[in-house]
Amino acid sequence: MNSPASVIPFERSLRELAPQVLGVVARRFRDFSSAEDAVQEAMLAAFRQWPQEGIPENPRAWLIRVASRRMTDMVRSEIARRERETAMTTVEEPAIEAKEDVEADIEAVMDPEDSLVLLFMCCHPALSASSAIALTLRAVGGLTTAEIANAFLVPEATMAQRISRAKQSIKASNVGFRLPAPQERRERLPTVLRVLYLIFSEGYASSIGAQLQRLDLAREAIRLTRSAMVLLPEDVEIAGVLALMLLTDARRTARAGPDGELIPLDKQDRSQWDRAEIAEGTQLLTLALSKGAVGLYQLQAAIAAVHDEAARAQDTDWPQILALYELLRRVSPNPMVTLNQAVAAAMVHGPARGLELLQPLDNDDRLSSHYRLDAVRAHLFEMLGDFEKAVQHYRGAAAGTTSLPEQNYLIAQAARLEEARDKPTPIFP
Amino acid sequence: MKYILMMNAKKSDFEAYARWSKQDLQANVAFMRSFTKELKDSGVFVASEGLSWPHEAKLVRAGSKGEPITDGVFPESKEFLAGYWIIDVEGPEQAYGIAARLSQGRGTEGRTGSMSVEVRQVLSGHSDLGL
Repeated sequence: MNSPASVIPFERSLRELAPQVLGVVARRFRDFSSAEDAVQEAMLAAFRQWPQEGIPENPRAWLIRVASRRMTDMVRSEIARRERETAMTTVEEPAIEAKEDVEADIEAVMDPEDSLVLLFMCCHPALSASSAIALTLRAVGGLTTAEIANAFLVPEATMAQRISRAKQSIKASNVGFRLPAPQERRERLPTVLRVLYLIFSEGYASSIGAQLQRLDLAREAIRLTRSAMVLLPEDVEIAGVLALMLLTDARRTARAGPDGELIPLDKQDRSQWDRAEIAEGTQLLTLALSKGAVGLYQLQAAIAAVHDEAARAQDTDWPQILALYELLRRVSPNPMVTLNQAVAAAMVHGPARGLELLQPLDNDDRLSSHYRLDAVRAHLFEMLGDFEKAVQHYRGAAAGTTSLPEQNYLIAQAARLEEARDKPTPIFP
Repeated sequence: MKYILMMNAKKSDFEAYARWSKQDLQANVAFMRSFTKELKDSGVFVASEGLSWPHEAKLVRAGSKGEPITDGVFPESKEFLAGYWIIDVEGPEQAYGIAARLSQGRGTEGRTGSMSVEVRQVLSGHSDLGL
């Protein structure tokens, strides 16, 4: 029980069980908010007891029993509180009789739809992104408050408050514990996908030189998206999101050096890329693309796939990437896409063309003062052989970024060019 | 996104504060307490500390053998950090809103204050340069 090898699957199966148990308890007691607290307590009890007493024969039944008992206690003390306050002898007992049905719940086959109901509930449009992320990780992901707080480097009490306030907002919006109608589901799916993708990028972006004890949010996001895809097989964009996650995650270990320094795509050791993830991502993407209705995530996944399939940086099929960015710009016109498109254009038609495409962004409020504009300009001026301007823009980008590894990287780029300034060797003369 | 809200003040501001009335001081302490509690209740609080007053502040430099050389003579215009809060919020506007509430805080004779609060984003370990 105590060897690390057995601890990991035990935690994993607990996390898988959490949304199933929550679904049963929330449905029974018709109170998502309290049920979510009760299940969290049952999970913590399992973490305490199972390593010592062994895993129960039926872990799901154990968790349902503990959580239901906790719910009954909460209902009882709520009734007692109201009795004290109103001094009334007859108070309606909303859900106490539900206790009798716990055994029936345990026997019942689990409803796979429950996880989906929970996912839509946690990604409610009334919630801010950070609240939706925290609640999704706890209620659907089965993570503890401490684990989530640790992943976001905030105190546990702060995360607990954030989750509790998110649940208050959901309560106030009066959503029942049911799956939204197909039309509403289609409308709200983009929000769900965005939350899942934000969890992934939070994990991926912060995995540079990250302390190992921090929870791997990228893996959690992939796990959650995988189960969402099983539940909504007809929505091809979920496959697109999952493909994008896998095709990006495949490069994770290659993009940082031993001291956590950033390694750009064209300098990465591609033998470190995760072949299994690339294969799975590519397969998912191919299948999704064959079903038509090409969405935002599928296009981004397709771009990631083109990078991933190049054995060496110089083998990258830039014309194809440029064409994909053009499609992306049509589906979702935004300055970040233009920025990336300019890089692709520079690789195909030379840096002067890339710089030309960047020009209109100077008048775009969303990007004109953004450090990434400087970073891309620096890169393109370097390609052009104009090291003086490149250095200037690398430093501008370093001053603007809010990321420590990026700042180190950008300053180092400027320093490297400063040294090489006497002997310029343009890539595109 | 994490931001730090810094309360800066000159030595003379600290001395002026020391002469506040008992009532004003109590109101200020109560405000600081409720401000921090509000941050905690709304799920944005990360950390907060108050600093000792600058009278014993020292500037330390290493000498030629690495020994500490201290200097404590500061120009009157120098601002010292009095205390800070680190918050985790959705974006800069939310941080500025919270800073404004802190700025308003408590002044003397029951009036609202208007001290300036320096707001800076905390560097993250993230990278989304698209690598």
